Amino acid sequence: MDDSREHPIVVPIGTRGRPGRGSRSHSPSAAARSLANGAPVPSATAASRSRVRPEQSGSTRRPPTGTAPTPPLTSIDGGAGDRGRGNGGAEESPHPPPGADGTDDIPVGDWIAALLAAAQEVLGEDWEARSAVLVAQLRKRVTGDYEVDPFGLDPQIQEIAMAMLRPMSRTWFRTEIRGAENIPREGGALIVGNHSGTIPLDAAMTMLAVNDHGGRTLRLLGADLVFSLPFVGELARKTGATLACNEDAERLLRRGEVAGVWPEGFKGVGKPYAERYKLQRFGRGGFVSAAMRTGVPIVPVSIVGAEEIYPMVGNIPSLARLLGLPYVPITPLFPLLGPLGLVPLPSKWIIEFGEPIRTDAYEESAADDPMLVFNVTDQVRETIQQTLYSLLVDRGHPFF
Amino acid sequence: MGRVVLVTGVARDLGARLASTLFDDPAIDKVVGIDVFPPQHDLGRVKFVRADIRTPVVGKVLAVEDIDTVVHMNVAAPERGLAGRGAAKELNVIGTMQLLAACQAAPAVDKLVLQSSTAVYGSSPRDPAMFTESMAARGGVRSGFPKDAVEVEGYVRGLGRRRPDIVLSILRVGDVLSPYISSPFGQYFSLPVLPSVLGYDPRLQFVHEEDVLNVLRRATTTDRPGVFNVTGPEVVTLSQAARRLAKPLLRLPSVGFTSAATRLVRAMGARYTVELTRLLTYGRVVDTTALGDDFGYEMRHTTGRTLDEFVELASPGALSALGVHHG
Repeated sequence: MDDSREHPIVVPIGTRGRPGRGSRSHSPSAAARSLANGAPVPSATAASRSRVRPEQSGSTRRPPTGTAPTPPLTSIDGGAGDRGRGNGGAEESPHPPPGADGTDDIPVGDWIAALLAAAQEVLGEDWEARSAVLVAQLRKRVTGDYEVDPFGLDPQIQEIAMAMLRPMSRTWFRTEIRGAENIPREGGALIVGNHSGTIPLDAAMTMLAVNDHGGRTLRLLGADLVFSLPFVGELARKTGATLACNEDAERLLRRGEVAGVWPEGFKGVGKPYAERYKLQRFGRGGFVSAAMRTGVPIVPVSIVGAEEIYPMVGNIPSLARLLGLPYVPITPLFPLLGPLGLVPLPSKWIIEFGEPIRTDAYEESAADDPMLVFNVTDQVRETIQQTLYSLLVDRGHPFF
Repeated sequence: MGRVVLVTGVARDLGARLASTLFDDPAIDKVVGIDVFPPQHDLGRVKFVRADIRTPVVGKVLAVEDIDTVVHMNVAAPERGLAGRGAAKELNVIGTMQLLAACQAAPAVDKLVLQSSTAVYGSSPRDPAMFTESMAARGGVRSGFPKDAVEVEGYVRGLGRRRPDIVLSILRVGDVLSPYISSPFGQYFSLPVLPSVLGYDPRLQFVHEEDVLNVLRRATTTDRPGVFNVTGPEVVTLSQAARRLAKPLLRLPSVGFTSAATRLVRAMGARYTVELTRLLTYGRVVDTTALGDDFGYEMRHTTGRTLDEFVELASPGALSALGVHHG
């Protein structure tokens, strides 16, 4: 190590690490010999006779450069052993093993100090306690010692998903949240929104908004297609989603959870760009009867911005039928740009939570009165549609 | 006067265990076990009749032994060493029909306990998060054992209509997981590497054999009419179970999973139950509230505890060196 400091190694660029000009393939040039000062000059004839490159013949003599390999013994016990043995090690291993010479110059103390500083930077002042918690959590994950609720919600996975969505919501979509005080802080509630965007990112963003601004975990109610797709279904279940059916909705609301439903379904997500912000039929009113049976409020949520992320200009129905999907979208960037076309356009978003519509005033039998259910469904739909129009005026340009 | 009980399917582990448990019960005078195969376990002093329930012989057994309670435990997925695929279907469906015909003709019979299975709910992406007893399958009962179980339940309900004086208890038992009782999941979790479906992490439930035996015994000795789900409350995901077992999951694509898994499991010296495929893809969770509220039995073992007990008694998995075992 000390040797290399006294005799600086100079290896010109473009010589594959061999000293001298590139033209001399078997022995170093005169210029290179003079650079490696004090090094004995190898016999050019001997080198060319044995057809061995200079750095490979280094074991027979004192090598001219630092690229010479070390004897196998010392390369096994590494640089730390050399340091410990002091000058005795210099005889056995004049140079550190290749690749290790960069890090060997930094003392162990500096490494530790740097690691501590990094830990403090990432985890904050109480980094010691927090890293202990982190390690304990990791161990629990590895040994399977964690709880999953009957619907499949894995709270840690859900937290990670939220952390990944947060920068997307803040910097990419610049989401503005309005009416966060309308998210109930406790007890069951049914959040009902408008669906759009070809890929249902609006549900994910609403989930994040409810998580960050309401302190609740939004339990999404998804179509059965979601749960039949590999990976998508697994992720949906682990982040707390379940099938959009009356049984599951009522079970969630009875447990006092906040459930989220987008009654337009695929008709909303997969509508062409020309029909943006025009609400489709609001399902069959199943969400209203679920809320009435459990007596929880309905919170209408209007989402502006999701329509522009993947403007759907066309559809390939034959391919969709083949794949068993409701539609295969054509957007200005997809499939033209391939996977790059899957990057959502950076539209500006506004999510407004409206005033809750109470359902606990209705009688028990109200859920079985279709006329009443349709009326309430229409009321929710109209509220969202009107809010959408005023939000569109407020937002101005969709992208800037 | 105590009861005289006929237990079908005593060749299997659970049937043999129930027959011996019932024999020790003071409310029961006599236990007769019946099966077409010789029992694999010592039945103690339980009287064993080797007969095929697919034949009218079973009617004679009912008359000769003066049976008043029938516990039908012969509805099960095909198992190695017992019945193959075709024979299992014959036993499940035709055997049940013959047994029910004999019960209808025997005036002494006033109670029938059927050990059904949660397989009647099937397993599909259209499933609700939890099945209650009143729900029907949404998919996945078109073939194999789930179809048998649905048909058997239909026949039993038919008997209930024709003989309203018979107390019917239908117990939909979940997947038993125990090192002592051979079951599809017990065999699956004993593999060194667990084949699983790529992109799916099903929610599963397991039931402890002690709970199953307690529920069956209570249904035999007291009147508990109705349909009840019997399984460990709470859920675990397959990946979680594999981590607790410290065994690696081998993710195989869902297309052609059954044939790939069958070959792989055979190479590991075991047998793969094809009914597992749908369960390993979509999973199944049932609601056991009715068992606590109406039947009056609190499950002693949750799914997690059942699994942990299995892990403790099973051989440690390949990945157990990675972390200190939990439990």
